[in-house]
Amino acid sequence: MAIRIKDLVTKEKAMRQGHRMCPGCGAPTAVQQALLAVEQPVVITAATGCLEVSTTIYPFNAWGVPFLHSAFENAGASVSGIEAAYVALKKKGKVTKDIKFVAFGGDGGTYDIGLQALSGAAERGHDFTYICYNNQGYMNTGAQRSSATPKGANTSTAPAGKVIPGKIQKPKDLTAIMAAHHIPYVAQTTIHNPMEVIEKVKRAVETPGPAFVNILTPCVLFWRLEPSLQREICKLAVETRIWPVYEVIDGQWKLGYKPRKRVPVEEFFKPQGRFRHLFKGEAGQSVIEAFQKDVDEGWEYLLKMCGETWEPQA
Amino acid sequence: MSRKDITSGNWAVAEAMRQINPDVVAAYPITPSTDIPMRFSEFVADGLVDTNLVTVESEHSAISACLAASVSGARVMTASSANGVALMHEIFPIAASYRAPIVFGLVNRSLGAPINIHCDHSDSMAERDSGWIHIYCEDGQEVYDTMIMGVRIAEHKDVLLPVFVCQDGFITSHCFEPVEFMEDDEVQAFIGERDPLFPLLDIDNPVAYGSLALTDYYFEIKRQQVEAMKHVERVYKEVAQEFAKKTGRDYPVVDTYRTDDADHIIVIMSSAAGAAKDTVDSLRERGHKVGCMRIRLFRPFPAAAIVDALKDARSIAVLDRAASLGAPAPLFTEIKGALYDAGIHIPTNTYVYGLGGRDFFPHNAEEAFMDLINNKMSPEERYLGLRE
Ligand SMILES: Cc1ncc(C[n+]2csc(CCOP(=O)(O)OP(=O)(O)O)c2C)c(N)n1
Ligand code: SF4
Ligand SMILES: [Mg+2]
Repeated sequence: MAIRIKDLVTKEKAMRQGHRMCPGCGAPTAVQQALLAVEQPVVITAATGCLEVSTTIYPFNAWGVPFLHSAFENAGASVSGIEAAYVALKKKGKVTKDIKFVAFGGDGGTYDIGLQALSGAAERGHDFTYICYNNQGYMNTGAQRSSATPKGANTSTAPAGKVIPGKIQKPKDLTAIMAAHHIPYVAQTTIHNPMEVIEKVKRAVETPGPAFVNILTPCVLFWRLEPSLQREICKLAVETRIWPVYEVIDGQWKLGYKPRKRVPVEEFFKPQGRFRHLFKGEAGQSVIEAFQKDVDEGWEYLLKMCGETWEPQA
Repeated sequence: MSRKDITSGNWAVAEAMRQINPDVVAAYPITPSTDIPMRFSEFVADGLVDTNLVTVESEHSAISACLAASVSGARVMTASSANGVALMHEIFPIAASYRAPIVFGLVNRSLGAPINIHCDHSDSMAERDSGWIHIYCEDGQEVYDTMIMGVRIAEHKDVLLPVFVCQDGFITSHCFEPVEFMEDDEVQAFIGERDPLFPLLDIDNPVAYGSLALTDYYFEIKRQQVEAMKHVERVYKEVAQEFAKKTGRDYPVVDTYRTDDADHIIVIMSSAAGAAKDTVDSLRERGHKVGCMRIRLFRPFPAAAIVDALKDARSIAVLDRAASLGAPAPLFTEIKGALYDAGIHIPTNTYVYGLGGRDFFPHNAEEAFMDLINNKMSPEERYLGLRE
């Protein structure tokens, strides 16, 4: 059945008002959209990070559904344990309802310290959906670099200095790494259009077995971004092909969107203070050029995987 | 009804787990505890248990999955040693704080370096402030019995804390000896069903585990754990009494051997108590009034029972199978503290023995006893069985 926004707006949200994430932060937007179309009851687990600390400040709790957090690197293992208990208790008739399991981890908790636990959970084939809300850095602890941080970004552990222009390395392609686990559902998306996340997460949750969704969510505070530009910056990430949206369903790669024009990566950088230094001097310019080259190569790879071609308008 | 069989400490744990039939086991192999998940996975493969066995990719994930399954409402067990225990360290205090009644077969092994697979207590001693109940066992029978009692103690509503059931790596875990097993239905009747409080899977009554609690609430939450620990000794005694009635096997919090009229007492833990007790017998034959006290319940520390057994001794030797580098050894520190609080001053020697699996012989125990008998007392740490 097609999802209609009209039907969803009145639905009770899994995560409610009163959380303390920054106004304009992309993470709560992604969480709200993700859980909107899921019809079954859900149990949530989250890795340590901005989302977790800001939604569960004792004695308050923004979650209207069961929620577990235990540490930073173990959301994959936690969701495995919950699902294992569910399977065992359901068999014994001690749990009767059909329940779905969704784990949230930041990019730090997913790309870096939690990758092993996630990989293990995917390999074992538990029935869960893991959502990485990717704000491209360790934001909860003050914007340190992660392996999802873009090349050239100014971070607190890879700062833009007199000699080194921010983070040197390009980000890890985690979505492809998860696709290489040959799990039934993998997707990469962002919050430029609500139906994107709503539909993809619904598909992920309804797919039996492991599913992984990587959602780019702006951190307005440390991207140094005007909060009202939350949606706009995500759109630019897609238009510049820095963050293409696609799915890998049972091994079939499906490109979600092809930009009509070749939009240079600078357009994504310009509204964000974390890239400001790249526009001052030659060193920055060469980072921008290298970045563009990485993006073009990544896009070629994706087109090949999806069996697509691209002819942008001049 | 019961049956006797020749088995190892590890297999005794696995057999207890088969009879307990937990909902979830998540485990990762490490010597010397590997036999436990290996044996148990055979039970799973043969359909002898209903357990959902999660063969995780690390010990960190093992304990994380166990914690998640436990708060979900499942009865959960696992096992590990040394590096595995150390890798789990981060999650232990969290499990205690979430009041997750996990029963854990801990097979003691030394922590590196040098890397060494043999027994000492450095792994579990490093977890002594983690908020778990610690029970140290002398032999395979006791390990088996304690796994079963452990379920009842951990899940008791006044306790709700995870429990380590410790045994000595190789010495107990791999030694085949006669063990008397209960019948499956007796075990089931003894442990009953788990009736979880606030399970995560109760969709209609949602709860959140793992909140952020800062300067305003953290302290109060920790205080509740202190309170829960205070209930352990009472619950332990109730469970042990009921168990003794069923099986005839009695397990007080401290195991005293010929201490009643003893002038000199060795305090020790786990398998080495065997050599110490033998030495008590041979020294008694030679006219020395000596005794041995083995600490079974280490966390919470049963200070009153310990003081009661030690109060009339003229001198004491505390033997630790772990060192606290740069400070007095852990058991020694606790014993001294207990005596001090009771206003009792008894000269006490401190010895470290058996690190990295170094054998502990009756002559090592005799050396410690002779120091007491010959009044060679000193607060300085000494070593038994060490080449200096
Ligand atoms: C084992 C461990 N190491 C480090 C930390 C400190 N820490 C907490 S959250 C965090 C970064 C989180 O980054 P990410 O997962 O990207 O989430 P975000 O805060 O950006 O939403 C760090 C480093 C921790 N809690 N646990
Ligand atoms: S610091 Fe960034 S990621 Fe964290 S709540 Fe604020 S905007 Fe969101
Ligand atoms: Mg992040």
